[in-house]
Parts: sequence; structure tokens; C-alpha cells
Amino acid sequence: MQLSELETNKIRNDFPILTRKINGKPFVYLDNASTTQKPSSVINKIVNYYSFYNSNIHRAVYDIAEEATNAYELTRLKISKFINASSPQEIIFTRNATEAINLVAYSWGRKNIQKGDVIILSEQEHHSNIVPWQILAKEKNAQLKYLKIGETGNLNLNELESSLDDNKNIKLISLSHMSNALGNIIPIDKIIDLAHIHSIPVLVDGAQSVPHLKTDVRTLDCDFLAFSAHKMLGPTGVGILYAKKNLLQEMDPFICGGDMIKEVHKENTFFNDLPYKFEAGTPNIADVIGFSSALDYLNEIGMDNVRNHEIELTKYALEKMSELKHIKVYGDANLQNRGGIISFNLGDIHPHDLATILNEHGIAIRSGHHCAQVLMEKLEVSATSRVSFYIYNTKEEINIFISALGEAIKLFQL
Amino acid sequence: MSDDIYREIILDHYRNPRNKGKIDNADVVIHDSNPLCGDQIDIYLKVVGGQIKDIKFDGKGCAISQASASMLTEMVMDKPLTKAKDISKDEVLENIGLTNLGPARIKCALLSLKVLKMGMVKYYSDKEPTTAEKMEKDSNLF
Repeated sequence: MQLSELETNKIRNDFPILTRKINGKPFVYLDNASTTQKPSSVINKIVNYYSFYNSNIHRAVYDIAEEATNAYELTRLKISKFINASSPQEIIFTRNATEAINLVAYSWGRKNIQKGDVIILSEQEHHSNIVPWQILAKEKNAQLKYLKIGETGNLNLNELESSLDDNKNIKLISLSHMSNALGNIIPIDKIIDLAHIHSIPVLVDGAQSVPHLKTDVRTLDCDFLAFSAHKMLGPTGVGILYAKKNLLQEMDPFICGGDMIKEVHKENTFFNDLPYKFEAGTPNIADVIGFSSALDYLNEIGMDNVRNHEIELTKYALEKMSELKHIKVYGDANLQNRGGIISFNLGDIHPHDLATILNEHGIAIRSGHHCAQVLMEKLEVSATSRVSFYIYNTKEEINIFISALGEAIKLFQL
Repeated sequence: MSDDIYREIILDHYRNPRNKGKIDNADVVIHDSNPLCGDQIDIYLKVVGGQIKDIKFDGKGCAISQASASMLTEMVMDKPLTKAKDISKDEVLENIGLTNLGPARIKCALLSLKVLKMGMVKYYSDKEPTTAEKMEKDSNLF
């Protein structure tokens, strides 16, 4: 089932920013892979915390501190249910998905990656799933191996399978479930199964997938999952690392200080229990609390409906775009294998010029390398334009976008 | 506003860039990029008797960055280095006719000037280290 027009209109009313005009035109926000807009319920939740129970958590015994602690921990519980983790102890709060990956690279990586070991990534990873591993590999004299992607951005599972059979030094596979640049969804379940045959853990970069696809970490059986609240209606400054409890127990802390300890003496420290061992210092209390309203909002709509709505919009946009001359669309044509992200180029109009032109029409799109320069090199382009959808986008907005592309074609005399 | 930005002259320099390419045995070769857009500019300088005898740029990126680089090479060709090193941001923006750019796009327009100044700093750093230091300080581009 997809969202009806009526439901989409109701949803749009919950997002104050969508009433804005940009350059005199209705605001059309098509940069949801970058960050999503926030419903009033999330905004109000944050205002309410600061207005009525602002206090530090996990320490004081007075009422409002307890209220704040409960609200903070309630978000953790809701997240664990949202992704079907076994326990809230497996949910670690970070600043963003990037920090979640860095946490694993630092804490798990430094303990488990040795000289000569191999970490498998793919050519379509976001820089946040490349750079931490590069630094670790340099430090440890380990190697990175990039799974090649085909024309449409698909991974070759045979290549992975034979690598796993041949190379006994592979110690970790870290892949994004959905490419932020192309929108491709990789068969992560099959990859995890293959990896586990060889007892290799898998980190799933879920920054793009968790906001748009129903995610069940126990069915997937992934070892690590990183994602960000702000890409799923939540506030910025809240990232989530899910990891299996046994892995977290063996890992050393990442950031150290208050709250992550049980006892501190001059020469040694006993670390706190999970998940607090990984959460040093005062966290982003307000935004974590705000995130719980985002989860409520998504649960109310239902993740299957979110997905279907995006498939419908992507199908419509791809059809309309294919009617334009001079357009090159990247990624998998099969809608089941892609999320609501479309990367494209229009003739020789540079994506930044196109984004400037579309902005004149009130349309926000992303242009550039999308923090995926390895992928851009592979596609032999320096940049692409990208539109990405979410629950509040409509076919009417896609029509506005298409007609603005027509204007750009005229302006550049293509 | 798009109409103002993407005028004929910008599109002309974008599609038919002047002085584009490389110089063999250049005195200075310098590269920089704009991480925001991925615009890239290389500048090659041939200096004879204190004059820019030849300048070429190579690069890829948006119409604004590439057209601006093309027009900048025309601005400084055959000019004394002492003149070229004093070119201001405003002069470049006026020359390309884009004085209304927002903070994001202005970086595209000024990337080539930044690279040119980096090149001159590099050139002077061997010969006149104090000039190089002063240029680097005054440029506001780094």
C-alpha cells in the first residue's frame, strides 16, 4: 500500500518548513538523503525538554533529572524495538553515523585488525565508510579491498564469494546497505550469510537504509549497524551504533571520561556496563529525546508504507526524467534494487550550476560528489545532481522539478 | 537570477575555454580544488623577466569556476607579476560580471584566483621569501 494523496497532505501539514516560499516559489525539498525535515512533534519535544525538565542525566536524584533520564532511555528502548535489537544495551548513542563507524574502527578495529589483515569495502562507499578504515589500515599495515561495482552500481557477489574462499586474512566487511549517491540497495542479507560462513563480522552502514527500509538486525544478523537520526525526521547530532552485545563487551571504550566509568582510581579505571561504557560525557540529551518523536512518527506511518511511497515517487520521477533529452541517469533501473534517490547529469550542465538554477525555482537538490569520490572516479564524472525523496514529497513536486529541468535545458541552450 | 549568472559570455568561456591546457617546462604548476563542488583547477605559469609570458589552466568543474579561470588567464597574460599579484577578488568578480553570488558559489568563481595566487607565492618563495610571505598574508584566499 502506498500513501494516498490525502495522507501525504496530512503529513505535509506536520512539517512547518514546507510552508516556506523560496525565491517566491513553494519550497520543494528534494535533498532527503542529506537530511530530512522535522515534524512539529519532534521540534516540540525538544522545546518541551528545555522548557520543563532540562537537566543532566544518569546522575542527579531530583525529579526533573529522573524525567530527563527516563525520556533519554526511552528513546534507546524505542530504537532497539525499531530495528528489533535484542536489548537496549546494544544501542550506543554517537553524534552521527560517521562517529558510529569511527567508534568501531577505533575500538573493535585496533583490537582485531593486525598486520596483513584485509578489510572489505566497496567502490560506492561514503567517505565515512572509507577514511576510518584507511587510517586503521595504515596504522596496522593492513589492506583495504574494494568490491567492484558494475555499470548500474551493482556488486558482484561472485567476486566476494571467491575472495572469501581464497583470502584467509579478511577480518571485516563494511558496506553501505543503500548507496547515498546512487540509491542502490545491495543484497546485504546474502553478504552477511556469506561472511558468517567464514566467521567474518559485517558492519552495515545504514545511514540511507534505516530511514527508508524496514530494518531487522536479528533477521539480518549484522554485527554492527550505523545510522543517523537526522536522516529519519530526527534532530541532527544523534547517531546510533547497534552492535551485538558480545562484540561490545569485548571492545575497549572509544571516548573516555565521565559516565563511562564505574570506578576511577589514580592508576586504573573500571568501565561502566553497556551501553554506558561507550557514552562518555554529557550526551546530546535534548536531541536524543526529540528523536523518540521521530520514531513514533515513522512507526505511525509504517516503514512498509514509507518504502512504497518512495518506490511510487521514484518510478514516476524516472519515467518523467527519461522523456528529457540530454539526461543521463545513474544506478539500477530495477525499482526493487534502489531507494528513493536518483543521481543524474543533464548534458554538459555542471551539477552545481543546475542546483543554482533549480534553487531559483524553489527546489533544493544536492549537487557534487556526495562524499563518494571513489564512486565518482568509477563513473568517470566529477559530480552528479541528486534528488532524494521522503514521506512528504509528492508527484506534484516532481512535476515542478521536471519543468525546472526544462528551463535549465533552455538556459544552457542544450 | 539564473539568467544573470548564466549569460552568453559565461557559457561561451565554459564551452570554449581560453588558454586551456598544460605548459611543458612551466616555472610553476599548482593545483587546488573546491571540496564543496569538486571543482579542480591546475595553473601553469611561464615567467620571463618578471612577466607572465604564458599561462594555461586545466581543470573540471562548474560553468562558473571554469569560465572564471578562462577569463582570469586573459586578465593576466603578458602582465608583470607585480600587477598580477595585486588582483583583488572584486576585480575578478567584476571582470566575469558576477557580483551577486552567494557564499557557496563565490568559491567557484574565485578558485582560479586562489590557485594563481598560490602559484605566485610558490614562485616567490624561492626568490623573494618576504614577498611570498606578505602575499600569502594579504591574499585572504587561503
